[in-house]
Amino acid sequence: MSDKARGKTAPAAKQAAARKSASKQSAAKQSAAKRTAAKQSAAKPPAEKIAAEHDTRPATVSAQEARRAETSAAVAETPPSTSPPEEDGTPPRPRLAVRKTYKLYLGGAFPRSESGRSYEVTSAQGAFLANAALASRKDARDAVKAARSAFGGWSGATAYNRGQILYRIAEMLEGRRDQFAAEIAAVEGVTQASALAQAEAAIDRWVWYAGWADKISQVRGTVNPVAGPYWNVSSPEPTGVVAVFAPERPSLFGLVSVLAPVIVSGNTAVVAAPGAAALPAITLAEVLATSDLPGGVVNILTGRIAELAPPLAAHLDVNALDLAGVEDPGLAAELERAAAQNLKRVRRPEPEPDWTADPGLDRIVSFLETKTVWHPVGV
Amino acid sequence: MAQRKPGHSARARQDGGTDPGSAVARSAPGTADVFEYAPAPESRAIVRISPSYDLFIGGRFVPATGGALKTVNPATEEVLAEFGVASAADVDRAVAAARAAYEQVWSRMPGSERAKYLFRIARLIQERSRELAVLESIDNGKPIRETRDVDLPLVAAHFFHYAGWADKLSHAGYGPDPRPLGVAAQVIPWNFPLLMLAWKIAPALACGNTVVLKPAETTPLTALAFAELCNQADLPPGVVNIVTGAGETGAALVAHPGADKVAFTGSTQVGRGIARAVAGSRKKVTLELGGKAANIVFDDAPLDQAVEGVIDSIFFNQGQVCCAGSRLLVQESIEAELLEALRRRMRTLRVGDPLDKNTDVGAINSAAQLAKITELVAAGEAEGAERWSAPCELPGTGYWFAPTVFTNVSATHRIAREEIFGPVLSVLTFRTPEEAVAKANNTPYGLSAGVWTEKGSRMLAVAKRLRAGVVWANTFNKFDPSSPFGGYRESGYGREGGAHGLEAYLDV
Repeated sequence: MSDKARGKTAPAAKQAAARKSASKQSAAKQSAAKRTAAKQSAAKPPAEKIAAEHDTRPATVSAQEARRAETSAAVAETPPSTSPPEEDGTPPRPRLAVRKTYKLYLGGAFPRSESGRSYEVTSAQGAFLANAALASRKDARDAVKAARSAFGGWSGATAYNRGQILYRIAEMLEGRRDQFAAEIAAVEGVTQASALAQAEAAIDRWVWYAGWADKISQVRGTVNPVAGPYWNVSSPEPTGVVAVFAPERPSLFGLVSVLAPVIVSGNTAVVAAPGAAALPAITLAEVLATSDLPGGVVNILTGRIAELAPPLAAHLDVNALDLAGVEDPGLAAELERAAAQNLKRVRRPEPEPDWTADPGLDRIVSFLETKTVWHPVGV
Repeated sequence: MAQRKPGHSARARQDGGTDPGSAVARSAPGTADVFEYAPAPESRAIVRISPSYDLFIGGRFVPATGGALKTVNPATEEVLAEFGVASAADVDRAVAAARAAYEQVWSRMPGSERAKYLFRIARLIQERSRELAVLESIDNGKPIRETRDVDLPLVAAHFFHYAGWADKLSHAGYGPDPRPLGVAAQVIPWNFPLLMLAWKIAPALACGNTVVLKPAETTPLTALAFAELCNQADLPPGVVNIVTGAGETGAALVAHPGADKVAFTGSTQVGRGIARAVAGSRKKVTLELGGKAANIVFDDAPLDQAVEGVIDSIFFNQGQVCCAGSRLLVQESIEAELLEALRRRMRTLRVGDPLDKNTDVGAINSAAQLAKITELVAAGEAEGAERWSAPCELPGTGYWFAPTVFTNVSATHRIAREEIFGPVLSVLTFRTPEEAVAKANNTPYGLSAGVWTEKGSRMLAVAKRLRAGVVWANTFNKFDPSSPFGGYRESGYGREGGAHGLEAYLDV
């Protein structure tokens, strides 16, 4: 509405217009909520079921309720503070929150998608939370380039150094525990307690993986007793650039469970965080950016797996894929076929992953090569 | 270096052409005369080759329903035998036999019993080692010296090594009770027929799987001899099945829904096809594919040892080795000296009868492979690289290619990028270790590499930065059953050998 138009509007008409616009907004939100709900139920019934279990509210959301949900979810852990009562007795106004712009994380920087696109992330109840960047195939290529540039330095760093940086990330995660919990609760529709438990499990898992940095070589390396006068040693090495398709749920715990084992050994990663998982993923990116992790070691794209996965699976400078978050078996098979062009290592999606189970070394080992060095022994 | 080559190589060819002596002995300029060798042929009387062979399914030899092919001696073009081509129905029967053996016998058998079968097989191989070495040489074209001294000892060693793992799997680092996968579909190449069979079958059986194995269509005979040996060992029927045939048989085998595991050694092109074929399935896959290994010689390397290493890296098995050091990266300051020594040594290579115990370089495995080598060598010349071939008289019949070295090779030439799989070496130069590493890694492959230097810290630094699964430092082309082997990048995935090699056959 232009200033000119507003100036001409009579008070009554103004109220009517405001009502109209409010109901329009509400209708738009409802239809967006329905779209999201329909999409979710089509794509992933189990997640929808989980969300529904925690959601005691009616399926249709009024604009007012949606706004309340937004306040409690997107604005995070602390309730909005209020200004002191005015001297003239007018009631205190709640402080207007400063919202965060969710962008991509590429090469250590936070650019928007080169495509200029974004998508609406809503709470499990359908309330607007944020506009996340809708990454394009060009963003995916930029991410691979950044990951490749970072590979030499990261894989060449000492294992102790990598472990220190990963542990530093856990420290930074801990400091933002409540923020993650609020975001998880907002995007997954789980209770605050459940969300907090997920955030804590994610931090603990990160710490567990951090400790593997300087141990995996001893556990996976061997001295081989060859039948001849040769020194013969096999040691694990990172495979290179790994494209990781993170599961949408559990949003943070799933992402941490697939990302940490990739980078702990010296690989660099291009991560696609789908749908609403974008929010905790980009907050994780903020943690990574402030933890001495070299730029480009982890690159996070947000958007649609179906759009980002094919170019990454076909990219000739990507060495391996983790298809954890690819729920459509047809798409998973198509990606595996595309990956065959340069013999990418492919970790297939598990039919019913149990993220809380002891992860073992499985995911670390999936993205390791074994190098065997021979040298004669003699005087 | 460029200053002395043209006249030098032309003269060398003339020397070879006018040498009236034996095909292989000659005097090289600047060296003492090399003495003549009398022929020392290994007798082939020890080998009995049947006129025709059936498939080995469920412990019995059964006729194939997909027709027949012939296998020839590549050194003479003599037809050795006819063998069955397994049709899709035959493959079906073989997989069913393997499934039945897996479920009823092999997966239930204690590891200690499986171990004893594998030890038996290892002993039988040792007992029939000479016969198998001669048979391999006849069917493949490789020198008896190699089959006798390299292939067969390693085949037996592989079975011995994995026999011992069968009852120790809980200590291998794959959990307290790792389970087998089921039926393994295995397709192997023609360059090390029996050795590749051992690399595939020994770990598969040790882990409790049963197998259906397809040998290459130009070298089926030792695999069929191995089938006989399984019966001598009283191996339960269906634990090992051998289906012969060409690409179609292999494709039917790897795509078979009854296969739980696919293992392939061969070309990157076929490996890609297999990776596509199994996409979306639950089959576990390991692929050991092509290579274009760099063999890096620094200026401080002991020259004579390095030259021997270069010879071994590219002329062992006629260069038909996936991990052959087909790109020689030599430090610029020693290029001329090294190349002179290399040519001098190449002149003494004895090319000819594979059954002659003095032969260094045998026959190329097939007419098709010879055509491929010839085509790539022609491309090398057309693109401007400079060719020098060792002067030697090649036999009139059979498939032969003289040991060849290309200089003035650019990184973009086909002979520097594509796997030739023949006795053809491409020489490139470098100035700094950084350049050597960058050039070595400038390939989509990553199977093996070599480093020659007397400086330990440099050797370790370079070995660390090479993106290759096996790095031979001051040696080349060494293999051992306890030593993991396999590639990075487009050389495939998975490792064969040692505890690492068990992973490919366990549900972990």
